[in-house]
Amino acid sequence: MIEVAGLTKRYGDKLAVDDLTFTVRPGVVTGFLGPNGAGKSTTMRLLLGLDAPTRGSATVNGRPYREHAAPLREVGALLEARSAHPGRSAYRHLLALAQTCGIRRSRVDEVIEAVGLQQVARKRAGGFSLGMGQRLGIATALLGDPRTIILDEPLNGLDTEGIRWVRSLLRDLAADGRTVFVSSHLMNEMALTAQHLIVIGRGRLLADTGMEELMASAARTSVRVRSSDQDALAARLRAPGVEVSPDSDGAVTVSGLSTDEVGTAAAAAGITVLELTAQASLEEAFMEMTRDAVEFRAPTTEGAKQ
Amino acid sequence: MTRTIRVTPLRVVRSEWTKLRSLPSTAWSLATAVALVVGFGALYSTLRVTRPPEPAAVASFDPTAVSLVGVQLAALAVGVLGVLLVTGEYASGTIRTTLAAVPARLPVLWGKAVAFAATTLALCVPAALAAFLVGQSILARERLDTTLGQPGTARAVLGSALYLAAVGLLGLGLGALLRSSAGAIAALFGLLFAPQIVVGFLPASWSDASYGYLPVPAGAAVTSVRPDPITLGPWTGFGLFCLYVAVVLGLAAWQLRRRDA
Repeated sequence: MIEVAGLTKRYGDKLAVDDLTFTVRPGVVTGFLGPNGAGKSTTMRLLLGLDAPTRGSATVNGRPYREHAAPLREVGALLEARSAHPGRSAYRHLLALAQTCGIRRSRVDEVIEAVGLQQVARKRAGGFSLGMGQRLGIATALLGDPRTIILDEPLNGLDTEGIRWVRSLLRDLAADGRTVFVSSHLMNEMALTAQHLIVIGRGRLLADTGMEELMASAARTSVRVRSSDQDALAARLRAPGVEVSPDSDGAVTVSGLSTDEVGTAAAAAGITVLELTAQASLEEAFMEMTRDAVEFRAPTTEGAKQ
Repeated sequence: MTRTIRVTPLRVVRSEWTKLRSLPSTAWSLATAVALVVGFGALYSTLRVTRPPEPAAVASFDPTAVSLVGVQLAALAVGVLGVLLVTGEYASGTIRTTLAAVPARLPVLWGKAVAFAATTLALCVPAALAAFLVGQSILARERLDTTLGQPGTARAVLGSALYLAAVGLLGLGLGALLRSSAGAIAALFGLLFAPQIVVGFLPASWSDASYGYLPVPAGAAVTSVRPDPITLGPWTGFGLFCLYVAVVLGLAAWQLRRRDA
């Protein structure tokens, strides 16, 4: 359980985290979503007592992090992909951490095996790929068999197999009754991983919602359709409140109509439908939510070309 | 066996000891320091044998100092290693993992200091002794040698190792205080060399009065059998040097507690 109340952090004149209040509950994977620079990493550092809050409080499993006698037992964290000294082996990195609170040596071998780094555990971490670094970071987070797990962008740099592995690992950890808090700046990534979402932008809380509620209320649903006569279909579908835009692969995306309506319209015009998919556009919902909170933005694509 | 999973100062020392010996750069720096102590002592002793002092100057010839001439150079290697043990963690981001495991923070600094000082002493006591013995066996060819039994000689040999460990801790403290390798190494070299230069610009009476209190002249007093008359006594001087080191470590501890990681 993570409880954050009125959490505020100011660096100089920049307000990195602005009066955040939320609770992360055990048993589900909670996504922590926001554009780059929204304050996700700062919030996580505040949770771990690495930075001191300007105002407000953050507790993990009922206490401020610093007050736990065996913090690795309570909270496992991955803060950045490359956090091991490049000259040290993964095994020694984990062993040194385990020794701080008397975690047994065999546990080090267990977590190395759990993340699949057996082959390279004795090699220098400096030679690790980004994906291997992430796996080592996850091993670090699992080391103390903690009740709460905090991971900052754990999917960065992983290949498809790695992403699937992390997703199922996170679900298993949550199913065990643990608290799992995972940050990302990509909505689609979170849609497949998290059951609950906390969205922030410019340090402020924008949403604290279940993933299913969010899907249901996603501002605009759209329909992807491919048919035997795209032009005729598009002409037939166009109406006030309906938008038809071509995709790069010859299909079109229709917003403002349901799959039923598109299918019926095609049948009425004698057009054969080859593909018809409803798309809950979470990405768009997220963009809408954070529109005013994006820190860096290119003016427009056109502008960038000039 | 069941054991309570909790952070203790002794466990943090063990952890820091694991970290210290698992970096190839530590081994290289310490091997360099040992090689400098022994190698330079032997080289300089050989040089002095091929060009022995005039008969009139034999009385002021200091065979212990000749054989331990590499200590001041080795101090640079040990001091820089002390810096890197801390700044390396900041540069690689390991410090956040370390401090998340030990949120009280100060045990990390003390653990590093204990592990590093013990390692340096364990290597530098034999190194200084070897440098002395090798040097004397070379100087014996011209009957310029001395023995550990002579007054102050054993103290100078042991003192050389103590001085090296203290310089290492000075580097460690500066690393923890400044967090950047370049800044902390510059500060280390500045503290070791600059005061003597600055004092050299002062009128003779002032410079003679203050010279003995500067870090290196104070700390190095313990490494020599016949200290310079304007320096402090061997243990007084070394004590003062340890006080300087303690002040730097104290400031580092205060910053470590106070600042965001």
